[in-house]
Amino acid sequence: MAVRKPPVTTREYWAPGHAACAGCGCATALRLATKAFSEAMEEKYGDPDAFAIAQATGCMEVVSAVFPYTAWKAPWVHVAFENAAAVASGVEAAWKKLGRKGKILAIGGDGGTADIGMQALSGMLERWHNVVYLMYDNEAYMNTGIQRSSSTPYGAWTTTSPPGKYSIGEDKPKKWVALIAAAHQIPYVATASIGNPFDFVRKMKKAAKVDGPAFVQVHCTCPTGWKSPLEKGVEIARLAIETGVWPLFEIENGDFHNIKIQSPGGGAKVKREGGRVVAIEFKKPIEEYLKLQGRFKHLFKQPEAIDQLREQIKAMWKVLGVEVTLPKPEE
Amino acid sequence: MPIRTVMKANEAAAWAAKLAKPKVIAAFPITPSTLVPEKISEFVANGELDAEFIKVESEHSAISACVGASAAGVRTFTATASQGLALMHEILFIAAGMRLPIVIAVGNRALSAPINIWNDWQDTISERDTGWLQFYAENNQEALDLILIAYKVAEDERVLLPAMVGFDAFILTHTVEPVEIPDQELVDEFLGEYEPKHAYLDPKRPITQGTLAFPAHYMEARYKVWEANENARKVIDEVFAEFEKKFGRKYQKIEEYRTDDAEIIFVTMGSLAGTVKEYVDHLREKGIKVGAAKMTVYRPFPIEEVRELAKKAKVLALLEKNVTFSVGGALFQDFSRTLVNEKEKPVIVDFILGLGGRDVTFKDLDEALAIAQKALNGEEFDEVNWIGLRKEIL
Repeated sequence: MAVRKPPVTTREYWAPGHAACAGCGCATALRLATKAFSEAMEEKYGDPDAFAIAQATGCMEVVSAVFPYTAWKAPWVHVAFENAAAVASGVEAAWKKLGRKGKILAIGGDGGTADIGMQALSGMLERWHNVVYLMYDNEAYMNTGIQRSSSTPYGAWTTTSPPGKYSIGEDKPKKWVALIAAAHQIPYVATASIGNPFDFVRKMKKAAKVDGPAFVQVHCTCPTGWKSPLEKGVEIARLAIETGVWPLFEIENGDFHNIKIQSPGGGAKVKREGGRVVAIEFKKPIEEYLKLQGRFKHLFKQPEAIDQLREQIKAMWKVLGVEVTLPKPEE
Repeated sequence: MPIRTVMKANEAAAWAAKLAKPKVIAAFPITPSTLVPEKISEFVANGELDAEFIKVESEHSAISACVGASAAGVRTFTATASQGLALMHEILFIAAGMRLPIVIAVGNRALSAPINIWNDWQDTISERDTGWLQFYAENNQEALDLILIAYKVAEDERVLLPAMVGFDAFILTHTVEPVEIPDQELVDEFLGEYEPKHAYLDPKRPITQGTLAFPAHYMEARYKVWEANENARKVIDEVFAEFEKKFGRKYQKIEEYRTDDAEIIFVTMGSLAGTVKEYVDHLREKGIKVGAAKMTVYRPFPIEEVRELAKKAKVLALLEKNVTFSVGGALFQDFSRTLVNEKEKPVIVDFILGLGGRDVTFKDLDEALAIAQKALNGEEFDEVNWIGLRKEIL
C-alpha cells in the first residue's frame, strides 16, 4: 500500500509540553512555521536543522521556555520584548563569522513587532540581515492580559479598549505591519493565516529560502483574548479570510504594483485584469467572523459600528489595489 | 615590537577592540565616543579586522545585537556614552543575567537634562547595579589596556560577566596622548580564542537561552551574578599580574600615590586621578601630609583594598563626578558600607565636583582640602559638599 508523503515534515522543533492555553492558534503557527523552516533548510542547505530562533518576550515565549524546561528543539534565544530583530541581527552576524550555514528566524507577537519592536524591525530589514521575521498576530497584548496593540482591529474589546458609554471598543483601524515591512523593499513579505496552513507553510518556506530579509505576518487566534470557543480557532481564522477581514498577499522586493493577492475562498468572486486581482466580491458578511468572538459581541448592539469596520476593511483593500464588496447579512 | 605612537582615547579603545579581534561589533554614533566605531569601521573596511560591523539604528539595538552575537558564541564589542548607555540600560541587566562577556567602551559623559556632552561619570555609575564589571581609565594607555584586561576577566569561566571600561569625555576621548600599542601576537597569547561552553546557538547542540524563571529559580540566578562578581576580585588580580608580566604595565584595583604617611587621602577615579596626583605633589611641597588613591576597578567593589587604604589615613576625601540624590556620591555609599563595621576607621568626607565637564582646578581642590582639614581637626564639617558651584546663578 502506498504511503502518502505528509504535507509538511514530521520533524518537530516546537515540542509538546509547552504551556500555551488550550486552543492556542499561535502555538499552531509556531509549530507549522518551524516545520516549514526546517523543510526549507533541508532543501537549501541539505540540513533540516540549519536555523536558530531569536524570540521576543510575549505569550509564545513565556509558555515555551519556563526554566528548567524548554519546548524548543532548535537553538533558541530570548532577550527582551522589543529587540528580537536586533538580537537576530547579532546572531546572523555571528553565524556569518563562524561560517555557519543556515538562516535565523526572529519571532515576535503584534505588540513586540507593531509597537515596541517596530524600530528594531525596521533597522534589521533595512540592514538586509538574512533573517525571516515572523509576526504572530493575535491582535492584542495577550501575554500581559489582553491590552490593545496597534494591531488590534477596530471595535474589538480589550482590557484597555473597553466598550462603554463613550467607547465602541478599540477606536482606531488596524496597523498593517506587512505593508510597512514591504516599504523596506525587502525580497519577500507575506501575510498568512493558520486558517490556511498549507499556504502558511508555503510562504514560510519561500521566506526562508530567499537571500536577505523576509517578513511574514500570520493571523492566529487567541481563544482567551478573543473570547472564542477553544475548538474553533482554525475555523475563525478561515472566516477572517473568507469575509475579507484578513487579506492574504505577497509582496516581493517592495513592488507594490505587483502585489499578489490570493483568492479568499468562501464563495467570493474574484475579478482579475491581466492576471492581477482588481476586485473581490465577498459572499460571507464579516458578521460571520465577528459573531464567533466575544470581543466583538458589543458591536451587534450598534450595527453602525460594524458598518464602520466594513468601510475600514474596504479602505485597507484599496491600499492593496483591490475594490471589494462586503455584503451585509441577510435580514 | 609594540608601536609607540600618539592617539586619542577613542582611537586607543578602537585599537584595543582590533587587538581583541571581536567577531561582531554593533554600534550607534554618540558623542563623545563616535570615533570608536568610526575607527573600527575603517579597520573592517581595510581588512585589518575580520569582523561583522552592524550599523544599528540605536544603542538599544547595538547592545541587543551584541547579546545575540554573544549568545551565538562569539566575542563582541560596542562603544557608547551617556544617553546611549542609558538607552541600553534594560539590556545591560539581561547581558549580565545571561552571563555574556560583552565589552563596552564608554566615553564617560553627563546625562540630560540639561543636555550636556561633557564629562562626568553619572552614565556608568548609574549602571552600577546591572551586574557589569566596571573599570575606569586615567589616561589613553589605560583605556587601551583596560579593554584587553576587561575581556580577559569577563571571559574567565569563573566570571562570565560583561564589562564596561570608562574613559572621560573629551579629557581623554578627544585628547592625544602617547600610547603603546601592544604586539598582536602577545595579545593573542593573552586573550586566546573565545570558546564559550555555556552560550552558543548551534543547530547540532540546540540549547535554550534567556528563559523565564519563576520565583523558585529567579533568586538563584541573581545570586550567581553576585557570586560571579565576587569571583571576579581574584580573577582581576590574576589578570593584572599576567598583564604586567606580558606587557610591563602594572595595574591595581586601587592605585595609591604618596599614601604612606598621609593624614588625608583623596580618592577618585578616571582622569581626575592625574590632577589629584599633581595636587598631592603640590601640597607635599608645602609639607601637608596628603595622598591620593585611584579606583581602577569600581565593580566588583574592591572591599579589601578599601579597608587597607582606610587604615592609612585619618580622613578619606572622596572626589566624585556623580550624584546619588539625597545621599551624596556613589563612592560615599560604597565606602560607608565597606567601613561601617570596622573597629577603627577614618572620617569620610564626600565631594561632588566636575559635573557636566566643569573643570576641576587646584582652587576647587583647595576648597575640598579646607573641609577635609576641618574633619581632620575634629571641627564641624558637612558630609556632602558640592565643590565649585556658581552660587551667583543658583
